[in-house]
Amino acid sequence: MPSRVLEIPAHTLEQIHRLGESAYPDEGAGFLLGNGEHPRRVAGILPLTNTREAEARRRRYMISPEDTLFAEMEADRRGLLVVGVFHSHPDHPEIPSEYDREWALPWFSYLITSVQGGRAAASRAWRLNDDRSGFDEEQII
Amino acid sequence: MATLRLSTPLRPYVEGKAELTLDGDTVADTMRSLTEQYPTLRAHLFNSQGELRPFVHLFINNEDIRHLQGLDTPVHPEDRLMLVPSIAGG
Repeated sequence: MPSRVLEIPAHTLEQIHRLGESAYPDEGAGFLLGNGEHPRRVAGILPLTNTREAEARRRRYMISPEDTLFAEMEADRRGLLVVGVFHSHPDHPEIPSEYDREWALPWFSYLITSVQGGRAAASRAWRLNDDRSGFDEEQII
Repeated sequence: MATLRLSTPLRPYVEGKAELTLDGDTVADTMRSLTEQYPTLRAHLFNSQGELRPFVHLFINNEDIRHLQGLDTPVHPEDRLMLVPSIAGG
């Protein structure tokens, strides 16, 4: 049983699933906004543009530093924090890849949705461990 | 000394602070000051070869240092630096 939890309202998770489906066969991504910790609660999301080139978007996503800064300003405006990232894995499991690990930031919750044949199948949440060797799963509630 | 603004996920490593005042005549010196004061940040900002990880973007007075002199960009006391990550995966 994961030691950390990520609270996310059902309608927000549903919204993330629909975004993953609409991005299919590309990866969709955006930020999770919420409070910090104990427990971490997602209060909203901020979908953003996958800035990778067209062919790469099938297996990779990227959010620019300018969009990251915009998200932090928007979160601050709403009285929230950017607490993580959501992205989809088209026809792949909802488990972080090695590429996800290389690019992951500490402290963030990474919610990954597996979108199989255009339909959201499952989501799981992960947090990079401090030595960057891998991820610890967070229980979504 | 100049001011460095850190993005949210890095703030837990600097006692929750959003901004720090750091010594350094260049961006490289400022980053060295940052990781000397907060050594647990180092692994997340630099790879094993001592290079900045590709998702680390540094801005000085809203200009990307990659368009200036990179880590050798001079830093003056009135300058405002920002460390903003790009977010990637897949």
